[in-house]
Order: sequence, then structure tokens, then C-alpha cells
Amino acid sequence: MLAARVIPCLDVHGGRVVKGTNFVNLRDAGDPVEVASRYEAEGADELVFLDITASHEERDIILDVVRRTADCVFMPLTVGGGVRTIEDVRDLLNAGCDKVSINSAACKDPDFVRRAADRFGSQCIVVNIDPKRVTKDGKEFWEVHINGGRKPTGLEAVAWAKEVQSLGAGEIVLTSMDADGTRDGYDLPVTAAVSEAVSIPVVASGGAGHPQHLADAIIKGKASAALAASIFHFGQFTIEETKQIMRDAGIPVRI
Amino acid sequence: MITIVDYQMGNLRSVQKAVQRVGGEAKISSDPHEIATADRLILPGVGAFGDAMAEINRRDLATPIRDFCQTRRPFLGICLGLQLLFEEGFEHGTHRGLGILSGDVVRFELPEHLKVPHMGWNTVKKQSDCELLEDIGDSSHFYFVHSFYVRPSDPSVVALTCDYGGDFCAMIAQGNLFATQFHPEKSQSNGLQLLRRFTQLASHSGAPTA
Repeated sequence: MLAARVIPCLDVHGGRVVKGTNFVNLRDAGDPVEVASRYEAEGADELVFLDITASHEERDIILDVVRRTADCVFMPLTVGGGVRTIEDVRDLLNAGCDKVSINSAACKDPDFVRRAADRFGSQCIVVNIDPKRVTKDGKEFWEVHINGGRKPTGLEAVAWAKEVQSLGAGEIVLTSMDADGTRDGYDLPVTAAVSEAVSIPVVASGGAGHPQHLADAIIKGKASAALAASIFHFGQFTIEETKQIMRDAGIPVRI
Repeated sequence: MITIVDYQMGNLRSVQKAVQRVGGEAKISSDPHEIATADRLILPGVGAFGDAMAEINRRDLATPIRDFCQTRRPFLGICLGLQLLFEEGFEHGTHRGLGILSGDVVRFELPEHLKVPHMGWNTVKKQSDCELLEDIGDSSHFYFVHSFYVRPSDPSVVALTCDYGGDFCAMIAQGNLFATQFHPEKSQSNGLQLLRRFTQLASHSGAPTA
């Protein structure tokens, strides 16, 4: 039976894993390769690196991190953050990345998703969608934001998810800007609405504070996988404990 | 020495590193002569069937790969490298494959709640004993990412099946010809164990014809 995936996400800055709250108070949390190896040993199903450097001059640093990680960690690795061109995608894949995640560049130039999927295959093109609940004309609207939630795009999350699927994306990572950082759980209504609207896998992201939240993302949010950062980084729960709680909730997991 | 076929379709480095991790030596090559005369060959690959065959043909690699498989030296196809062994694929139109095995490659047609690509860790069921699976139990997890699957005409080549809205062929084995739909190089200890076995297989061939 296909297992629901548990995916730790590591923020990488200047070649190091950093932890912080909402991109402030960043603390060094170690060498990406060591942290990745630890998560692999704990039973992580995949790993996501988010390159929060985002300056073009430092792209080579993340490529080196990917190379070193892919040399000794034998599970799928996704990199997101600052992916803007076909060359960015190619360089990351050549460095040993399995999937590349596109966010702002997809909103600015949707055809970029199509070109990337045509060139490298849908299976390695992930689109990040960051919705935020706003009110428009007296009605709630799930508006896609870019630039870490600071810039509204006018796009509606469910419609945009369908569009990126038709452009060739193989997976969607959905990060609710309302839930992100709260540790109160994922935004389940938005996650379920997007998951049910598309036929590609959806990864729930943003808001996990307890393993039960990951279970909820799969059962109530209909997600294929759940991504989390702080609950693992701060040693609150191991991946193994998280999976046991998910299994107790009746979810197939790989233990 | 294992030769990994480079035809610009996917992540060769991960395969090479995984082979090295289990004590094997591996080089990456797109040279037809090196491929035809390799000790053991791995055909990896991700992407679309038609593009992959076009790249293989552009580099004149179809004949060396077929010739290699004739010699009964150890061969391992991975993901698209499994699918290409068959006669015909239907990804974006109809394309001829390498035709080393008879059968075709078709897209998953599944009920709505089952997502395509089939992406993630799924369990496998043994259909026959094969040397690469000696240390791997039924219900072991492997990492899959694909939208198409193979339908071999000869059911006896199926070594593993996997259930995703119905059983499909997850691995074939026929003599020293092996191929997996999953990615052993991304399947942690189970995958590394399979690759370790591959590096240890006796090569049954005589000297390759130069």
C-alpha cells in the first residue's frame, strides 16, 4: 500500500541549516549533510531544502550542499527557493536533486512550468502554492501570495492548482500563509479543496505543531504527504514517533 | 566495473553514488563501444519514453544496449530504463522501445482518489525468486515515481508486483536481465541491498565481442 509521506523541510542559508521563527532570529542548526543523514536514519520519506539565501550570487553554495547530500543520502531530495530559470532547474538536477520546486517564478511566468516539465519530466517539477485567506467583495478568497507571503498575485489557490497541473507540474506543495508558523495545524479546508481539485499529489505544509496535525492533513486534508519543520528541528517529536501516531490513526506509513 | 548509460535523461550521479556506497565501481558513459563491452550495465532514466528513445537513437546506443543484453552479462534497468526494454510505449503518442522484452507501456487509468504520478513509498510482492531479492522480504517498501507501467506479454518475467489501484509489474527478472520500476538508488537500505546484490552477481558471459 502506498504510504503517506513525512517530509522534513530544512531552511538552508549560506550553506548551513538555520532555524528561526518567520525568518527572524536565525540560529545555526548544523551542516545540511549531517542533518539530512539524521533524518534519513529516523525514517524520513523525503527531504526538502529551502534555499533562503535567494541571492543569485550564492546559488553555487546550494548546489554544493545538494551534491554533498546526494552523495550520502539515498532518498528523494527536493530543493526550492529562488528557482527562476531552466538553467537553475538543470543545475539542481545535475547536482543530484530529484525534484525542483518553483514558486514565485511560476506565478510570474506560468509557461516556465510547462517548459521545465517538458524538458525534465513532470515527476521532477513541483510547484509551491502559498495561499492566504483574504476578503474580496465580502467573500472569502484564497489568494496565492509570493515573496514569502508578502505579495498578493490575484490568483485563487484552487484554480491556480488546476492550472499548474495542466502546465505539467507533477506535485504541489501547499503552504497556507495563515497557518504557517502557528503550530496549530495545517489549513485543512484549503488543503482538502486543492487536493480534491487536482489529480497530482498534494503535500500539506505550514502549521504543523504535533504529529496529530500530520495525520489530519492526510485524513481530513486529503494530502498525499505532510511537510514539517519545527516539530522535528526542535526535537519535540522524532519522525518515528510522528509516524507511529499517524499509523495509530489508521494511515499507511513506512516504519 | 558497472557502466551507467548516459543519454541525458535523469540523475546518473545518484545511481553512481549508490553503487559506490555498496562497494561497487561505476562509470558514466555514452560511448557505444564502452556500453556494448561493459562488464555490467545500468540503464537509468526519468522523463518521457519518446524523448528517451530519441536520445538513445541519436547517440546510436540502441544496438549496443541490445547487444549487451544478448550476452547475458548483468543488466539493470531503473524506472524509464525498465520501460524502454519493451516494444511500445504510449506516452505522448506511440513510440518504439528497445524491444528486448515483449509487451507494452501504458498510463495508469485510476479512480479519482488515486493520484498520478504514483509517487512515494509502496510495498512490493514477490512473484518469483531472483538473486537480487534474496535479502528482501515481501512487503518491503521501495520509492516509486511514475505515471506509466509495463505490461510484459510473458508473465514469467515478473519478479515483483506492486498494488496501486490494482497490481502492476514493479520488477522484471530474466536470467541476468533485471529492471525495476522503483528507484533502488532512492530506496534507502532496501534499494542499496538490491544494488549490492547486483554488484555481486556472477557474470555468465565469455569475453565480450569487441
